[in-house]
Amino acid sequence: MKILVGIKRVVDYNVRIRVRSDGSGVDTDGVKMSINPFDEIALEEALRIREAGNAEEVIVVSLGGNECQQQLRTGLAMGADRAIQIDTAGRLQPLTIARAFLKLVEKEQPGLVILGKQAIDDDNSQTGQMLAALWDRPQATFASQVTLSDNQATVVREVDAGLETIEVDLPAVITVDLRLNEPRFVKLPDIMKAKRKPLDVIALDELGVTSENDLQFTHHAPPPVREKGIMVEDTAQLVAELKNRGLV
Amino acid sequence: MSRTLVIAEHDGQNLNPSTAKCVSCATAVGHECDIIVMGSDIREIAEQAAAIGGVGKVIAVNAEPLGNPLAVNFAAEVVAIADDYSHIMGPSTTFGRDLMPQIAARLGVNQVSDIAAVEGTHHFKRPIYAGNAIVDVTAPDAVTVVATVRVASWKAAGNDGTASIEERTASTGPSDHTRYIGLQSGGGERPDLQTAARVISGGRALGSEENFELIYSLADLIGAGAGASRAAVDAGYVPNDMQVGQTGKIISPDLYIAFGISGAIQHVTGIKDAGTIVAVNKDAEAPIFEIADIGLAADLFTVIPEMKALLS
Ligand SMILES: Cc1cc2nc3c(=O)[nH]c(=O)nc-3n(C[C@H](O)[C@H](O)[C@H](O)COP(=O)(O)OP(=O)(O)OC[C@H]3O[C@@H](n4cnc5c(N)ncnc54)[C@H](O)[C@@H]3O)c2cc1C
Ligand SMILES: Nc1ncnc2c1ncn2[C@@H]1O[C@H](COP(=O)(O)O)[C@@H](O)[C@H]1O
Repeated sequence: MKILVGIKRVVDYNVRIRVRSDGSGVDTDGVKMSINPFDEIALEEALRIREAGNAEEVIVVSLGGNECQQQLRTGLAMGADRAIQIDTAGRLQPLTIARAFLKLVEKEQPGLVILGKQAIDDDNSQTGQMLAALWDRPQATFASQVTLSDNQATVVREVDAGLETIEVDLPAVITVDLRLNEPRFVKLPDIMKAKRKPLDVIALDELGVTSENDLQFTHHAPPPVREKGIMVEDTAQLVAELKNRGLV
Repeated sequence: MSRTLVIAEHDGQNLNPSTAKCVSCATAVGHECDIIVMGSDIREIAEQAAAIGGVGKVIAVNAEPLGNPLAVNFAAEVVAIADDYSHIMGPSTTFGRDLMPQIAARLGVNQVSDIAAVEGTHHFKRPIYAGNAIVDVTAPDAVTVVATVRVASWKAAGNDGTASIEERTASTGPSDHTRYIGLQSGGGERPDLQTAARVISGGRALGSEENFELIYSLADLIGAGAGASRAAVDAGYVPNDMQVGQTGKIISPDLYIAFGISGAIQHVTGIKDAGTIVAVNKDAEAPIFEIADIGLAADLFTVIPEMKALLS
């Protein structure tokens, strides 16, 4: 079986982002970019499934400009077998991304598509569910444990009420949560090896996918700032302050 | 036809407060709104929904296979009546985040995630980048608006409604490719984090599952919910449903007290809507103090017993 893994290039989670003063977006000039943290976990899971003998090939996929090849190369260095860049200039929305994944799914016939539960830039949390709907295959979102057997997956999901378990037939879409695994570190020799692994570039319109019904993002603003607070000296003052404000 | 459909969330017994919050958001859009309740044996839940103020009617789809909240089955029922609505809204809880994009994709539209404010029938504000930017989003008006509502941004609609209840049979059979096995809930009897008026949280500094008893005992003393940072969940001190933050729960209590939490942006984004934020951290330079309304640089292992003594 093949596994497709979605990798999005995003502003690194440690960066304190700044909104451009003209409201046109978030400043990404000279900012550290990384693989979306959830996608690293998705890739790690795919690699473990392959290493356990339950898959033959792991393919990392990114939609973006040439700069996302950097994240694809990191994915190859982690251990993916090959990479596909779907070349596109614009900032695509989840429906278009899901449609592009569907085209790849038709071509590659994977047994699993593993994505992150959300991209930490737009915080959408949509792409996997949309792909499952378009593909008419199961979705198992927010996975914190995945067990494969007999052409099905048992997935433990992190939901507000606790841990939910579902069983899905393959092929299926899984989106991963933070506690699924801890991604491996990339070793230097692997970076060298990754340079020789195949990375195909396909233009978005070559797949026959176009954006429609897009949302417009008209203005960006920094969040309202909370007023500066006070420091108290000890517990007695803290409790007095809480009582004063009628909070306890 | 300008009408909004709100998708009810429930656990088989009770309606989740997220539903009344979605109704507030729907009401802000300005159209009349209906609620769809899906499940098995849901008469009482439908009645709870009908009592929410400002609701036109409650559509109750009662079918045994809907007894478990599988997105694939729920989405099919919603799509079956989607033509009657200009807007379809669900909560930004894990239930809604799982379900709503299924509906959007089947309708061929993009989804507006996490509506924090309504500026017009097709114009919304929502946070991105873990709440570090607020963006104005305009949805195309020729197609259905499918959205999740950021529940922490909305107050529950009142309880003065008298909507009618319309029963419907399921429009399609259940999917055979997805099977529900079960739910293991971590939560005890404490107030639900997403609706609690007070929340006490602990971080990595607690050091163990046993030490979290300190957090629980203080929480119980003042009737608070108990939360945690990701680090505390990862370390296995507490179950995942206690995680507060970008990838856990976004909450808006009147009072939030963080013990031994450093204040990483991913955590802070989950508490920004709290009325008063209190931080206790032994490092006076910890970033949590930048957003705290009341800060105390001290050891939590002395502060919590002292607080308990002063409050009991
Ligand atoms: C994609 C992604 C998503 C994430 N999502 C979330 C999320 O949803 N929620 C979340 O919380 N985190 C999230 N994180 C993790 C986040 O970045 C931080 O790592 C985490 O919040 C740190 O938890 P902490 O504050 O408990 O631990 P630490 O950062 O280790 O802080 C512990 C604090 O305790 C203080 N301390 C130590 N001993 C004592 C004592 N005796 N008394 C008082 N204070 C003491 C220390 O000074 C320190 O400030 C996410 C990270 C990533 C990459
Ligand atoms: N441009 C992209 N390229 C590759 N994968 C993506 C892209 N955008 C989203 N994804 C995948 O979809 C997941 C969820 O993204 P989102 O729905 O935008 O929150 C991400 O974690 C990725 O796995």
